[in-house]
Amino acid sequence: MNRYPLWTYIIIALSLLLGTLYTLPNFFGEVPAVQVSSGKATVKVDTKVLSRIEDALKAAAINDDGVYQDLNSIRVRFGDTDTQLKAKDTIEKALNPDAADPSYVVALNLLSASPQWLTAIRALPMYLGLDLRGGVHFLLQVDMKGAITKRLDATAGDLRTLLRDKNIRHAGISREGQSVVVRFRDEETRGKARAIIADNQPDLALAEQGEGSELRLAGTLTPPAEKRIQEFALKQNITTLHNRINELGVAEPVIQQQGADRIVVQLPGVQDTAKAKDILGRTATLEIRMVDDSPGALAQAQLGPVPFGTELYVERGGAPLLVRKQVVLTGDRLTDAQPGFDPQTHEPAVHLTLDSAGARVFKDVTRENVGKRMAILLIEKGKGEVITAPVIRTEIGGGRVQISGRMTTTEATDVALLLRAGSLAAPMEIVEERTIGPSLGADNIKKGFNSTLWGFLVIAAFMSAYYMLFGIVSVIALASNLLLLVALLSLLQATLTLPGIAAIALTLGMAIDANVLINERVREELRNGATPQAAIHAGYERAFGTILDSNITTLIAGLALLVFGSGAVRGFAVVHCLGIMTSMFSSVVISRAMINLIYGTRRKLEGVSIGQVWKPGT
Amino acid sequence: MEFFRIKKDIPFMRYALVFNIISLITFALAVIFLAIRGLHLSIEFTGGTVLEVAYDHPADVERIRGALTRQGFADPLVQNFGSASAVQIRLPLKEGQTTSQVSQAVMQALAQDDPSAKLRRVEYVGPQVGKELAEDGALALLLVVIGIVVYLAIRFEWRFSISAIIANLHDVVIILGFFALFQWEFSLPVLAAVLAVLGYSVNESVVVFDRVRETFRKKRGMSTPDVLNYAITSTISRTIITHLSTQMMVTSMLIFGGPALHYFALALTIGILFGIYSSVLVASPLVMWLGVSREQFVKPKKEQVDAVV
Repeated sequence: MNRYPLWTYIIIALSLLLGTLYTLPNFFGEVPAVQVSSGKATVKVDTKVLSRIEDALKAAAINDDGVYQDLNSIRVRFGDTDTQLKAKDTIEKALNPDAADPSYVVALNLLSASPQWLTAIRALPMYLGLDLRGGVHFLLQVDMKGAITKRLDATAGDLRTLLRDKNIRHAGISREGQSVVVRFRDEETRGKARAIIADNQPDLALAEQGEGSELRLAGTLTPPAEKRIQEFALKQNITTLHNRINELGVAEPVIQQQGADRIVVQLPGVQDTAKAKDILGRTATLEIRMVDDSPGALAQAQLGPVPFGTELYVERGGAPLLVRKQVVLTGDRLTDAQPGFDPQTHEPAVHLTLDSAGARVFKDVTRENVGKRMAILLIEKGKGEVITAPVIRTEIGGGRVQISGRMTTTEATDVALLLRAGSLAAPMEIVEERTIGPSLGADNIKKGFNSTLWGFLVIAAFMSAYYMLFGIVSVIALASNLLLLVALLSLLQATLTLPGIAAIALTLGMAIDANVLINERVREELRNGATPQAAIHAGYERAFGTILDSNITTLIAGLALLVFGSGAVRGFAVVHCLGIMTSMFSSVVISRAMINLIYGTRRKLEGVSIGQVWKPGT
Repeated sequence: MEFFRIKKDIPFMRYALVFNIISLITFALAVIFLAIRGLHLSIEFTGGTVLEVAYDHPADVERIRGALTRQGFADPLVQNFGSASAVQIRLPLKEGQTTSQVSQAVMQALAQDDPSAKLRRVEYVGPQVGKELAEDGALALLLVVIGIVVYLAIRFEWRFSISAIIANLHDVVIILGFFALFQWEFSLPVLAAVLAVLGYSVNESVVVFDRVRETFRKKRGMSTPDVLNYAITSTISRTIITHLSTQMMVTSMLIFGGPALHYFALALTIGILFGIYSSVLVASPLVMWLGVSREQFVKPKKEQVDAVV
């Protein structure tokens, strides 16, 4: 009766094999590497870049230990840190000829030293949290009210234009708090205006207020519109942060939404908080200017001094361009930019939406400059880049602008993204900041590791001494629990923090409970005079119900921590919950399998090695 | 080896009142300490800035405090952290301080005073985040309590679930009482430890209750106190060995885990020690007084009635 069917052994062997496989990468340590990723939304890291890197390294006679490419980056491994630093400079020079305007982020990184075949089956080392590897962590709060007032200000301008176009006389439009208020002198005009506004501004919920000659029409954003604006603001802020952080040269930045209005930024390895904060808080602006197309001006500018009132830029694609210094429009007037297609030619295009003031200016400028070119520039740190310089074909009114021609779909998406990302949609504030030095991180790993190791050894010694062979079986089960837990954490790439390591230790300390329960139960059955085989069977069967109940209550606590916890608590809870599940398997199934292998096949079993079984009266 | 050589069931229930009075007194003391001294909450809950600074020689805490006060930082809390050459500096939130320029200003002040000062860790938490964490913590506690009560009520009986949760919440209050009495820092990891202990101690009650149920079903003619005595006696070896093993791990954390895990391990230690006591010796008398009896577990066999359609 103490025999498992073959398939149970196969499942156990498979799980242990997989466990070992996915735990392995954690033992190889890390090797220095250089990581290249795109520094601009319009630049892609592709195979061409890969061959450029390889050529540059070959030219400089630097030997690499392997080149890896994934969706967004290329990583090159090196034998030691000296080679790594040399290689970084070489690659930097090859990819970014203009150091002041880098197209690629070339950063130092550490890569797992595990062999290629392990990486190929996605066996990666555990993902260490900031408190273990060092770095900065910011929690940014997006000011959603700011995003909405910004939108309402724009809407007030739109209403002004709308009512003027429709020839409706009002007594003033203003934003009051979270609503836009239009004043009227008579009921009839208000009714007409209401119908028009409702048609043109579906995002506004309108309410009539006041009486006599003080008639008002108040428009507030409808809840879905408000939600859309907030989501948009958050997304745009994240995009902007991505672009800015790229310049810091961080190998694996984490920029994520947290909750409805917060953004987490984690920069592993970065120590200079001041610089990081400066870059996060910087603003970029968009400018629309006219191109100086007068014959000969460009040729002259390339040879000698640039004509007064103009600047020389290089368009994407490499053609030089002479742009006037006078700014036609700034990005403040842009309310949206979306990629799409030209309705007539079906070419990829970018659709821009301007606010009413911007639309008016744009209309005037395009009317006066048909046939000429205008340049759209992104200004960052006082340095401009021409994103696109299209030819004006007709007068453009209504604030809807389409940029098209010589663009691929990806380019259109990138340009729209860049235009949107130029500035933050809503102001942000740092509500949490954490900096962990790299030495402290290494220290934390050592401390967590030592606690687990010594705790485990003491438990192992005690269990083996007290329960003899059954104790050794329990210890092996506990060790396989640790193996499976580490494998699972590596496989899921869950972030391991110091509280997470504490959770590993604690889970092991608690998991031994199941084996103590079983062993005590077996002893008790023996004490009551059961035969060894029956005692083993009854011990495992009866203990299982208790083990299940007690693990579920622990799991309830773990899940509550997971749901409500953040930061340190969440790191603890994830490991704790996973550990409870692996412990159920290892302490019941694996230990039983071993006991079955040892004792299950013996027909005549005189006794089992479970330490002294004391009987009352002896 | 066999540590437990118990000939007869130990009459725990005879002393039930004594155990509960002891519990009540400790509980009352814990509540008093909490009320008078309050918890020394970490900045994760209160908001503020914490810096860990390392020197290459033993740090002079008084001098650092002086240097900070001269630079206009009100009430800096400076204490040694982990070793003599490392200090932890806590600064309260100041109205109007937009973000966390504080850390830079502090490091400038310290570097002027002693160039060997090296920043190891900074943590800045705004007031809003702290309040949310406290709320989330309370919600998590509530969820754990409800979850455990409901689960035990379904698996066992409502009397068991009520007794188990009272006994173990009393552990939580006692842990908090210790933190209030000694003004140990109550941080997020400590909160995690407290909730983990809650789940862990309930295990104890579950193990005893499981035995109680089994005994009620198997043995007739035993009185309720006898059944409880038998159940506790026959599981006591397991209870103590399990707690011993868990405590070995936690002690290892206390010794090797350093300052970052110190209070976490301390909360676990108190929880484990009081967990043995309360989940066995407090929960079981409560079950008895709530009127547990054999009939609740042995369902009378219903006669089958054929339905006529």
